[in-house]
Amino acid sequence: MNFGVVVFPGTWSDCDFHYVISEVLRQPVRYVWHRDRQLDDFDCLILPGGFSYGDYLRAGAVAGRSPVVEALPEFVAKGGLVLGSCNGFQILCEAKLLPGALMRNECLQYRCQSTHLRVENAETPFTRLMRPGQILKMPISHGEGKFHADPETLRRLRDQKQIVFRYCAEDGRVVKDANPNGSLDNIAGVINEEGTVLGLMPHPERASENAMGGTDGLLIFHSLLGSLVEDGSFLKR
Amino acid sequence: MKARVLVRLKPGILDVQGASVRRALHGLGFGEVQELRVGKVLELELDGVVGEAARQRIEEMCARLLTNPVIEDYTVEVLA
Repeated sequence: MNFGVVVFPGTWSDCDFHYVISEVLRQPVRYVWHRDRQLDDFDCLILPGGFSYGDYLRAGAVAGRSPVVEALPEFVAKGGLVLGSCNGFQILCEAKLLPGALMRNECLQYRCQSTHLRVENAETPFTRLMRPGQILKMPISHGEGKFHADPETLRRLRDQKQIVFRYCAEDGRVVKDANPNGSLDNIAGVINEEGTVLGLMPHPERASENAMGGTDGLLIFHSLLGSLVEDGSFLKR
Repeated sequence: MKARVLVRLKPGILDVQGASVRRALHGLGFGEVQELRVGKVLELELDGVVGEAARQRIEEMCARLLTNPVIEDYTVEVLA
């Protein structure tokens, strides 16, 4: 499975993703510069965390209009998968590839901590190795991760099972105390209607080796690998 | 020509930054401040377009980059 890790000026998790994909998963991966539009070589593109273009104007706003992001709809239409983490999630929302918006944390603090996530939808290419209701441990590191959507959009997200991860307590209860940023409905990650673009605020690449304190992030990568092999799109491309 | 775009959070969206500034004002003795919301001003200088055409261009800029319609409202002022 060919991975591409997109690099914007100000991206900071690109090397971490590259390391996990090449050294832990042993999969082919290369960096994709934000001016590239040629994405045919890839099966899955990663939009990593960081502060693309300094997050000027709004987090992810300028990156959301960059050449590589403008090429994503065509990439996805051809069967590609896109994973945006942290700043990558903000960029996907800004580019309207995902619904909603990410706003300043309600506590006003930058939160760098471990969180627990409850798997709300285990039927996506990104979560198929998980169980519904499974509790994962992954770190967050952001100042603007409060997910917002209008009531109509939220209803649609719920109805169509587009909410993939929610912040929860260690025992799986989805409660206010377990919500690190004031996110609507404790939402930590959402997927598009087609199930091909996932955005989440937590960092799976920082939970991919025991030395990092956990390996729950690997479940996302292994789900991706299994998905492409099973549905044959990996062979067709 | 010059123009100014005023961007603010939509009514009903919690403005945590505004609430924090309001609390700071209370701490300074300005207890009369009931509500405070923080927005931003974008000042533009345009070349080669005027009047209604300029306003339309700015509206397009707002739709494509300057504002996020999920959370923000805006007004455009053309300053001649």
